Parts: sequence; structure tokens; C-alpha cells
Amino acid sequence: MQQDTQLTEGIDKDLIVGEPEVEYTTLNLGPTHPATHGIFQNILKMDGEKIISSEQTVGYIHRAFEKIAEHRPFYQITTLTDRLNYCSSPINNMGWHMTVEKLLNIEIPKRVQYMRVVIMELARIADHIICNSVLGVDTGALTGFLYVFQEREKIYDIFEQICGARLTTNIGRVGGFEREWPEKAFQLTEKFIKEFPKVWKEFEGLLARNRIFMDRTIGVGAISAERALSYGFTGPNLRAAGVDYDVRVMTSYSSYEDFTFDIPVGENGDTYDRFMVLNGEIWESLKIIRQALDKIKQEPQGVYRADAPNVVLPPKEEVYNNMEALIYHFKIVMGEVDAPVGEVYHAVEGGNGELGFYLVSDGGRTPYRLHFRRPCFIYYQAYPEMISGSLLSDAVVTLSSLNVIAGELDA
Amino acid sequence: MAILENNTVLEKLKEKFGAYIISSEEQYGMLSVTADSAFNIDILKFLWEDKDLEFRFLTDICGIHYPNSPQPFGVIYHLHSFKYNVRLRLKCFITEEQSISTATMIYASANWMERETYDFFGIIFSGHPNLKRILNMDELTVFPMRKQYPLEDPNRVDKKDYYFGR
Repeated sequence: MQQDTQLTEGIDKDLIVGEPEVEYTTLNLGPTHPATHGIFQNILKMDGEKIISSEQTVGYIHRAFEKIAEHRPFYQITTLTDRLNYCSSPINNMGWHMTVEKLLNIEIPKRVQYMRVVIMELARIADHIICNSVLGVDTGALTGFLYVFQEREKIYDIFEQICGARLTTNIGRVGGFEREWPEKAFQLTEKFIKEFPKVWKEFEGLLARNRIFMDRTIGVGAISAERALSYGFTGPNLRAAGVDYDVRVMTSYSSYEDFTFDIPVGENGDTYDRFMVLNGEIWESLKIIRQALDKIKQEPQGVYRADAPNVVLPPKEEVYNNMEALIYHFKIVMGEVDAPVGEVYHAVEGGNGELGFYLVSDGGRTPYRLHFRRPCFIYYQAYPEMISGSLLSDAVVTLSSLNVIAGELDA
Repeated sequence: MAILENNTVLEKLKEKFGAYIISSEEQYGMLSVTADSAFNIDILKFLWEDKDLEFRFLTDICGIHYPNSPQPFGVIYHLHSFKYNVRLRLKCFITEEQSISTATMIYASANWMERETYDFFGIIFSGHPNLKRILNMDELTVFPMRKQYPLEDPNRVDKKDYYFGR
């Protein structure tokens, strides 16, 4: 009798507190889920549609680039950087060239620097096109994605004219470019910056003030400026949270200080702000390209590399007819030109944040140690915090707006 | 923006930590300070808190291995003071048996960077909340970025450097 009362009392107490039995579901999102656009695994603990917590797994496409780089001469490492953030390979290539040039103290002619700026800004546009249009796909708008992807192909046509490749570009060389740009490359760039704004304006019009899109993205996956800084956010994701840090301005490289452009900044750090910041950056990139093309015209024509014979390969016709050129060619290709002893950290503004190269040289033909500061590897760890408490569909949208690229994440 | 010179940073550090600042150098415009590994967190905290420094952004953590050195393993921090727009490199070296304190309580971003450093160099960060492998598979028994591990099969005879005149 006594026991029964206790039992009833216990049950009643539970009922008053109002704790129905909760059953959590474990959902395995990825590694190859179509909604994640890359090899990401997130094991989600879900209460119905709501995410309670999540556990990330990374490293599915780890390719040991840092180890390989310790066994390669400097010029062979460029192809490794291609495969980091493969949506904007040219920025990685240029960042790497500039790191080596910094180590070797090579002065780059202004014209080459401006040409690099054109390349990097085109790559930035290509990167942001993917991120923003895929965000559209994740919220249910496939048409815009297919429409603007044609424009990305046009950017790749320009890269193809310059270096022969489209995606993993290996564009340029340490010291400049391997050859002068063909006239067609300039024509295509002019054509692109003339025709692209119309297309992008239309795409922007489809999403930026679209009620469905706004409802899906405003307040979703938000992060405060303070947390973003603590999590090491850089690039558009940090700027969306309201911090105006841009490597191009703070530690300028490749003559970015010669250009006039704005840094779009958001306020709430949510998915919509990230979308708008990327959007704004595309317009600024177009401005920069326009200025750069004009500046290239004012510089001495035909200059496409630095005057550094022990680093820059001589023209092929000279190699066949000139002893000195042949010797230099041989020494460079065989990696017999030793680098000075030193340590360099060089950062560029990549498509999704500060892409840094920490290069330790012991004076040999290969780096002693090379570390890539990969922006999305650092900020992706904030993802569980950003999605906890949100719906599964919001988590997908958040991931896509963060512009996490699997190749860069896993190195 | 107020100007902060590398010399000022170094003087402040030396004033505060004295002999625990082992050496320093400036290369390509960036100050690089080597410090006693037992004081890494004190130094990072000081750099964060000091009003004239405010190195509050952790750009990067990575490891390095010098097998012939008495303290073969290094942890390298890259810091950035947004207020003064100055970068700083801090290095701490340890032996294979030693561990180094984690920086996760100062920077949330240190979590994965330290895991990556552990994963590749086997450097133990004491106090880390979740120190396990991150990019390599969990079953791996070695720390692949250590210099004793060759990149390719050492038994191969067609890839020796001397065949290529190196």
C-alpha cells in the first residue's frame, strides 16, 4: 500500500513537470549526400526535424599535400595548390607564386601584377557564382543555377586562353606568366565584363528580394562577430558577420592598393547576409577587373614576367640556340636552383577566406615544411554550433552558404 | 590606425617574460619569437589582453619537425592584431616526451588546428577537449609528417634523386 502511493506520487510528479518520453534519431548526413555538394559527413542527433547536436567527420579526400610538397621543387607545387579550393584554383596558384617570390625576393613588373589581379578577380567571380547559385538550388531554385553556370564557363574560356586548362589551372609561373596572353584572352575578358552584369543582375533579381528565399535564409545559420572571430572566420563569412577584414586591403599584395573598391559587409552573419556579401563582392570584382584592364594598357606592352633568369624559364627558341638559356633551362627544370634559407608567411584573399602559405626553406630545392592555412578547414568547425537547434533543411542551406570546399578542407 | 612596430612587440614581450623569450628574428617583415613551451598560454593570453598589442586573431597553428634538434617538435602560432594590423609568429619547441598546453580556451579555432597538428606530428596538447585524429584514418599508427617517414616506398629503385642529377 505504502509502496503504491510512492509509485503514484512519482508518476504524478513526472507528469506535472511535463517530460514526455523523448526519442532522438541519429541521422547520417553524408559523406556523399547530394545536398552537401562535396564529401562531408555530419552525424546529426535529431529530435524530429530539429537538430540537437552534430558530429563532423572530415578527411575523406585527404591527399597529403603538405607531405608531397616537401619532396617537390617549388614550381611543381603549383599543381598541388590547384586542388585545394578547386572552385578558385587561380587564386591558390597566384598565392603560391607570390609566396615563393617573396622568399626569393623577386620584383614583379606592374603589368604582371595587374594581369594577376584580373585572373584572381575572375576566379573570385567564378567561385561566388557557384556558391550563390548552389544556395539557390538548395532553397529550391534550380533555374538560376543553370543560367549563371554558363557565365562560369565563359570565365573558364578565358583561363583556357591563358594557360590551356579550365578547372585545375596551374596558371602562371613563379615570376610571372609562362607566355604573353593571347589577344583573344583580353577580348574575352572585355566581352565578359560587358555581358556578365546583365546576367548577374537578373539572377540577383530572382533571389535577393524573393520572399521564399528570404524566409529560407534570413536568421538561418547566424553567427555573431565575436564568435566568428574566435572561430577564425575570414573572408566573406566573417564580413557577413560585420567585421570588415579583407586581406586585399589589410596586407595588400599584387598591387591591390592601386585599385578603388568597396568591401561589402553584412550585419547578422546569417545565410542571407553571406549571400548578399558574396553578391556584392562580384560587383566589386567587376570594378577591379575594369580598372586592371585599363591599367594594363598603360604599362609597357609585352611584359609578362620578371627579369629573374635563375627562376623564370627562358623562351623555348632561346633554349635551342643559346648556351646560357639552355643551362638555365636545365637547372630550373632539374630543380638545381637553391632557395635562400628563410621562413615566409604569405596570405591572399581566397574565394572563401584568408588562404595562407607558411613556407620554411632550409636552402634546398624543396620546402623544408609547407603549411597551407586553409580558410574553410578552420571555420568549418563552427558548423555544429551554427546549426544546433535549427531544422535539417536549414542546416543544408547553412552548409552551402559557408562555401566549404571539400578539397580545401581535407588538403 | 595607430602604428605598432615589431620592436615594440618584442620589447613588451621581453619585459614581461624575460628569459622565457628564447630568441627572436624578423624575416620578410614579420616578427618571429621563439619562447619556452611551458609559457605558451601565458604569452598568448598576454598578447590577447595587452591594450597596446591585442593579438586576438589566431591565423594558424602548425607543427614542424627537426629530427636532429634536442627539442625536435615545434608548434608555430601565427597571430594577427586587427587593431594595429600586425602579424606575429610564435614558436614553441618540445621534446618527444613533452606535451604543450592547448590554446582552445583562448581561441575556439585552435581546436581543429591542434587536432591536425597532433594527427600529423603526434604533438600532445594537454587539456584539449577532443584530441584525436582528424584528417587521417583513426587506425593509423604513425604520425606521417615526421621526417623519418618517406613519401614513397623506400624500396623503389627508379626514383632515387641521384638519377636526376640532384
